[in-house]
Amino acid sequence: MAITEAPKIVTARMGHPDSHTLERYLATGGYEGLRKALTMTPEAVAAEVDAASLLGRGGAGFPAGRKWSMLRKNPVSYLVVNGDESEPATFKDHLLVERDPHQLIEGVLIAAYALQVSQAFIYLRGEFALGLERVQAALNDAYDHGAVGEDIFGSGFSIDLVVHPGAGAYICGEETALIESLEGKRGFPRIKPPFFPAAIGLYGEPTVVNNVETMSNLPWIMLHGGAAFAALGEGKSTGTRLFALAGHVRHPGVFEIEMVKTTFADLIFAPVLGGGIPGDRQLKAFIPGGVSAPWFGPEQVDLPLGQDEVAGAGSMLGSGSVVVMDEDTCAVRAAWRITRFFARESCGQCTPCREGSGWLERIMARIESGHGREEDLDLLLDACDNIAPGLTWPPQQTTICVLGPSIPSSIGSAIKMFRDEFLVHIKEGGCPFG
Amino acid sequence: MTGEPPPTPAAAPVPAPAVRTRKAGGHLTPEVLDQARQLIALYPEPRSALIPLCHLAQGQDGWLCPDAIVEIADLVGLTPAEVRGTASFYDMLHTEPVGTYVVSVCTNIACLLRGAEELLEHAGASLGIGVGGTTTDGTITLEEAECLADCDRAPCVQVNHRYVGAQTPESFDRLVADLRAGARDGEVPRHGTLIRVRRSGGLRVGRDRIAAERAAMAEAKARRAAEAEKGDH
Ligand SMILES: Cc1cc2nc3c(=O)[nH]c(=O)nc-3n(C[C@H](O)[C@H](O)[C@H](O)COP(=O)(O)O)c2cc1C
Ligand code: SF4
Ligand code: FES
Repeated sequence: MAITEAPKIVTARMGHPDSHTLERYLATGGYEGLRKALTMTPEAVAAEVDAASLLGRGGAGFPAGRKWSMLRKNPVSYLVVNGDESEPATFKDHLLVERDPHQLIEGVLIAAYALQVSQAFIYLRGEFALGLERVQAALNDAYDHGAVGEDIFGSGFSIDLVVHPGAGAYICGEETALIESLEGKRGFPRIKPPFFPAAIGLYGEPTVVNNVETMSNLPWIMLHGGAAFAALGEGKSTGTRLFALAGHVRHPGVFEIEMVKTTFADLIFAPVLGGGIPGDRQLKAFIPGGVSAPWFGPEQVDLPLGQDEVAGAGSMLGSGSVVVMDEDTCAVRAAWRITRFFARESCGQCTPCREGSGWLERIMARIESGHGREEDLDLLLDACDNIAPGLTWPPQQTTICVLGPSIPSSIGSAIKMFRDEFLVHIKEGGCPFG
Repeated sequence: MTGEPPPTPAAAPVPAPAVRTRKAGGHLTPEVLDQARQLIALYPEPRSALIPLCHLAQGQDGWLCPDAIVEIADLVGLTPAEVRGTASFYDMLHTEPVGTYVVSVCTNIACLLRGAEELLEHAGASLGIGVGGTTTDGTITLEEAECLADCDRAPCVQVNHRYVGAQTPESFDRLVADLRAGARDGEVPRHGTLIRVRRSGGLRVGRDRIAAERAAMAEAKARRAAEAEKGDH
């Protein structure tokens, strides 16, 4: 495995300090993909994206082209872009909205044309104060440039685009909760079926929801063709992808990497990427795809960064974030903090998720602070089993959305991989790591 | 209201009720009100503008005060209870007053691994407040945040939702001193000011045009429904 010389598809402009401006964007091929798309039929544009086999970058990894083609049989009313990015340790969309807002806007316009929708929304988490400003400023410029609005670039196609701020709630990243939030309500996920966005979405109309990074790939795909994108990567995982690397590494950051060709080991240790673990400490564990994903240990570090490859090993590539924990990390503490996150962010509609997350958090806190009992381990697993019966991967769902069934991932992993550490906490009444 | 109005006593003028009744209007400044109306016009349904309007009101007052809630409710056609109930779901909407600067320290996983809890502890001790508290001079509110999507600069701190980069206990104290001295005002606006860049112009594709397209879509939808019905029999 190696770090390949694949082209930078979504981060090509990031070296320029003014990468967020229209001038820089136009000077580097900006809006050419859209111009090209507008000379094609909407069907041909969609076919190009289908040929790219671009997998959704929001977490579920569903192919964007397939999502659209299912919808093309029925007219779609709205396109909604998911820029809620709140999965802990995920920070790639942050880069895209702040540093290349025009690329995002162009991608949205290409998708809107392919789907023939006349109104689209970009939902950004409210904590992106600068990102919201950058995208709004870029949108204002794009209107003046004739790229958005009535009869864009003289093509006869009209589209209005609105930037919408969230207000702090992880669950609003779930697509149906996002739609509720965009309707001015609490972010309560809707039950599927029947509320698949494609059938009954925003204002009850068929709606496409796609992630910011998914959209940001479209200008390149239009310019270079779906086949060129599909030629990168391997198997189902085509193209490049953004990986957000954080935790115990020398160079945390966002890296654009060709799918499958590179491994977790490359990402974490290569000098041009993560640069290894500070103090030359050993790798204890890593989380491969956001805190909803089960953990991996050093044995899995040579796995390729590919969707099927990671799924086959019992976890997921999810939101493209990798958290590295060194040998001095307390696994109980890490799992407790993740559980507390879920307990805080559960929207409260489903009993297993609302009650289960609270119980798990309290038991984990008790163990972590040295007041645990030996039975607590079974109690934890039992409570996890009530949320995700059988503790399988992917989990069984007993709840409205998959936030609930994601809660057991970290606790289950920590107990499986570091049972001894739990026992030390319990028997010695405290943390061996201080 | 139905039925007969109650008989009005002919006696001396009734004294004003002791309970303060809130009348919608007059709280938001004309400029903010104008921005609010422009925002509402962007959405197919006024209620969609609820969160943006709450952010606007917070930009004016620093928090979402009861008078603003009443006025927002009136603007989007809801009851104040509905607005408050929705707003209370969201961490960024403050239905209690907060300091001029809301300082959020993330303690989620990536930041935890890089000393976030120690930083938060230091912050509380150095400011003399607990998490969620506000300094007595009303300058700073300290919040513990979930992941703020800036995990490569950990532990991550935001002030009024502007990223200020990874902080150590020492740099945190300098940051606070700077905030108090107004030295960061260009980069970190006071109060809840979220969006300084406003949309230029309103909806650029006319409502009639969107409506025409939507009508065509509705027609297609009705056709699909009719076909489905046929399929059922
Ligand atoms: C609890 C939860 C949180 C989610 N958060 C996000 C998010 O922040 N951003 C995102 O794009 N997708 C998120 N998703 C996935 C979305 O529901 C949806 O699958 C995605 O936006 C579709 O876009 P894509 O096909 O382009 O990936 C989340 C899902 C769940 C269950
Ligand atoms: S699983 Fe949890 S977050 Fe999802 S709808 Fe149910 S209670 Fe809400
Ligand atoms: S974990 Fe702290 S910003 Fe992401």
